[in-house]
Amino acid sequence: MATHMADPAPSAEFEEFLEAHLDQEMLRFTTAGSVDDGKSTLIGRLLHDTKSVYEDQLAAVKKSRVNRASGGHVDFSLLTDGLKAEREQGITIDVAYRYFSTSRRKFIIADTPGHEQYTRNMATGASTAHVAIVLIDAKAFLKHGSLLPQSRRHTYIASLLGIPHVVAAVNKMDLVEYSEETFTAIRGEFLDLARQLGLKSVEAIPVSALEGDNVVSLSRAMAWYSGPTLLEYLETVPLQVEELNGPVRFPVQLVLRPDSDFRGFAGQVARGILRAGQRVMALPSRRETAVRRIVSYDGDLGAAAYPQSVTVELEDEIDVSRGEMLVAAAGSGDALPEVSRHFRAMVVWMHEDPLVVGKTYIAKHTTRTVRATVRAIRYRVDVNTLEHGDAKRLAMNEIAEVEFETNLPLFFDIYRENRNMGALILIDGLTNATVGAAMISEAVEVAPEDEARPVLVLLPGREALAERVRERLLLRGERAVIVDDALIPESALVGVVRALQLAGVIAVSARSVDADVLGQIDNFIEGGLLTGEGLDDDEVLRLAGVSE
Amino acid sequence: MIATDIDVEEAVSQPARLNHLQALEAESIAILREAVAEFARPVMLYSIGKDSSVMLRLAQKAFYPGKIPFPLLHVDTSYKFPEMIAFRDAYTKEIGADLIVHRNEKAIAAGANPWTLGTQACCGLLKTRSLLDALEEGQFDAAFGGARRDEEKSRAKERVYSFRDTAGQWDPKNQRPELWSLYNSRLKKGESIRVFPLSNWTELDIWLYLYAEKIPIVPLYFARERELVKRGSSLILYQEGMKMFPGEKVETRKVRMRSLGCSPCTGAMPSEADTLPKIIAELMAFRRSERENRAIDHDEEGSMETKKREGYF
Ligand SMILES: Nc1nc2c(ncn2[C@@H]2O[C@H](COP(=O)(O)OP(=O)(O)OP(=O)(O)O)[C@@H](O)[C@H]2O)c(=O)[nH]1
Ligand SMILES: [Mg+2]
Repeated sequence: MATHMADPAPSAEFEEFLEAHLDQEMLRFTTAGSVDDGKSTLIGRLLHDTKSVYEDQLAAVKKSRVNRASGGHVDFSLLTDGLKAEREQGITIDVAYRYFSTSRRKFIIADTPGHEQYTRNMATGASTAHVAIVLIDAKAFLKHGSLLPQSRRHTYIASLLGIPHVVAAVNKMDLVEYSEETFTAIRGEFLDLARQLGLKSVEAIPVSALEGDNVVSLSRAMAWYSGPTLLEYLETVPLQVEELNGPVRFPVQLVLRPDSDFRGFAGQVARGILRAGQRVMALPSRRETAVRRIVSYDGDLGAAAYPQSVTVELEDEIDVSRGEMLVAAAGSGDALPEVSRHFRAMVVWMHEDPLVVGKTYIAKHTTRTVRATVRAIRYRVDVNTLEHGDAKRLAMNEIAEVEFETNLPLFFDIYRENRNMGALILIDGLTNATVGAAMISEAVEVAPEDEARPVLVLLPGREALAERVRERLLLRGERAVIVDDALIPESALVGVVRALQLAGVIAVSARSVDADVLGQIDNFIEGGLLTGEGLDDDEVLRLAGVSE
Repeated sequence: MIATDIDVEEAVSQPARLNHLQALEAESIAILREAVAEFARPVMLYSIGKDSSVMLRLAQKAFYPGKIPFPLLHVDTSYKFPEMIAFRDAYTKEIGADLIVHRNEKAIAAGANPWTLGTQACCGLLKTRSLLDALEEGQFDAAFGGARRDEEKSRAKERVYSFRDTAGQWDPKNQRPELWSLYNSRLKKGESIRVFPLSNWTELDIWLYLYAEKIPIVPLYFARERELVKRGSSLILYQEGMKMFPGEKVETRKVRMRSLGCSPCTGAMPSEADTLPKIIAELMAFRRSERENRAIDHDEEGSMETKKREGYF
């Protein structure tokens, strides 16, 4: 069309520039640390000294009514503290995302708040980071005699979130006479903490965000320091894409059906590499088929790797919907994910209303949304000492290992192995607030009799008991329905129970059912039939797993 | 070039890594699909600018070989450049998109304009009010916007899924945590989510992608001799029947638009860049931000945040 400006043959020079630019790696990093340690000032300094701030933006900062920087310096924190309330209160409230690049890398920065009240926003910014910069205020360290609790908490959260590299930026060195001794003391305590947390890649750099020492240019005031500047560190820290390794996982986001000839499963490869022609298994059905095509707007692909978004067409018409997953077929050498309704996860609680044992939350894991009931708090972690203690509930910002049971199975890998396959968020079903972040630490083996979850509870003639069972199941966070509706003839019962089973809903009935029908149901529910015959009410409730 | 076919043989020994535009593309497509899967009635805000053009292409890719499964909504203030309207109508027709145009006819008939009302109030009526009305009329529970976090300091604070209350307002001090790429789409009646698939793109990424993907854009982005009026420090393109102030005269200069808004409030910049590579080269040398030529952003400190709180994109 007329509006399409075709470029006259672009110069080879431009193509070369483009190629080189596109080849750059992208590194995401986050700041962390206690309030007022100088995180935002450091990011502002980094942006300024790499010439990533536009003149009009800098001019606006210089003329701002607020300036908390001492000694006539520009208040660089105003470059990221973009909300009015933040400028008024002089603190960061929510994450600011900033972008810059050097000739070596492109960077996405998440500048997060240090204030304890906003720990959830720190976790938001840190969840996707490759590197965490933990700011430590050297002056505050001297005053307090050790690391502040919030520095410890954030370092701990960074380790839980699996951020591969952690660097301590020991800040405000200008306020401690650029003392090597102070730096060494802080570095020692930080490395101890890192060792305790099992962090593998750790560094410490003495800086002054205010004066710019060791941020982009080496400090003349700290000639004793021979390591890299912060920028050099960020430009050279190794960046491995671990998600490319390991078994392929393709959670289905959406089924695309533009016409009757095409049925494609749209999603983003969460891990590994999916190949055209490869044999795959669909979860939870465990049916196997092969990948016929990997379809994209730019043409069919031979393979799709993490984190590509593609559409997969399968050889056979097997039923796969949103929230289900394609993995490599059994016998391919790829390990299957855990398929389970029971797991333990490290939880960072993010809401004023506490997490309590027995309560059911909505959980979102990959593209799958289920209900997750808290079965137990295994231990709560004291962020200061890292010791484990007992707890019945979890208050805001507390961290614990929690045992969950979901109404439908999840297909997962543990978080340490793969972030995408081990992460979930918890949502309060009443308020819709996002209340917790959870990282799966292990699947829980459940004794078969505990695991056996009824598919059909059949209580001929005992309507009141059927209703009680249904109510109790609902209270437990299960979904259950009475299937004695007049519109469901006995001939349809087999199909109804099957459909409910696939949807994770328990069927409860007070009908008398023909042995033939029962036989058919028994065929697919694998021991999931509970009949009340010869049992009293209490026994039925116990076997249904709902008695107190 | 963006098509990412991995050499399978090579991949076995050493898996390929996506380049950063491919990684951004993959993330945006996943966001678009997730919202379509989870919301009942999504809509895409289509502003006809360069970011919208990229977002539209990403939507085509996300649902290929199917069509884009939601309508596009253009909030027309009646002050858009004629070239924008012509482009909008031709391009949406070409790609077979379903377009809704919404105007605040009452305010337009009453003569709302930036000269007597000021840019804030004018934007409030013709953009924000109009947008909120359109969203309510269409009963849309999710609206895609092409805003990027690198545009402005309050946008840098925004989530990918930005929650709006029943009045369409944003509460920046109380946003939902948003970890990994697990988005919370749960809403009560009347609440909605603004979804920003381009959150992590920079202005340079947008131009590189437009180039790499050969995406058509409004010709106003390319430098050409144009008639204009100098107004304060801005160069305002001359339009037939435009309101002129005493002492102003029409002159001709080679200019282009870096960002497209309403004709009275969006300034042009002198430039020789009449091709994408030249625009990209120019951009790399810029020392000033793209929204500098938008009057509305600078009426007072934090004016973008105020507008956003009220429901602006
Ligand atoms: N002397 C000195 N002051 C600094 C330095 N870095 C930051 N500051 C000051 O410390 C104060 C807090 O800085 P911010 O950058 O807002 O701290 P923050 O860590 O971002 O705080 P929150 O985001 O609210 O947690 C400001 O007054 C800064 O000017 C430094 O290196 N030396
Ligand atoms: Mg800060």
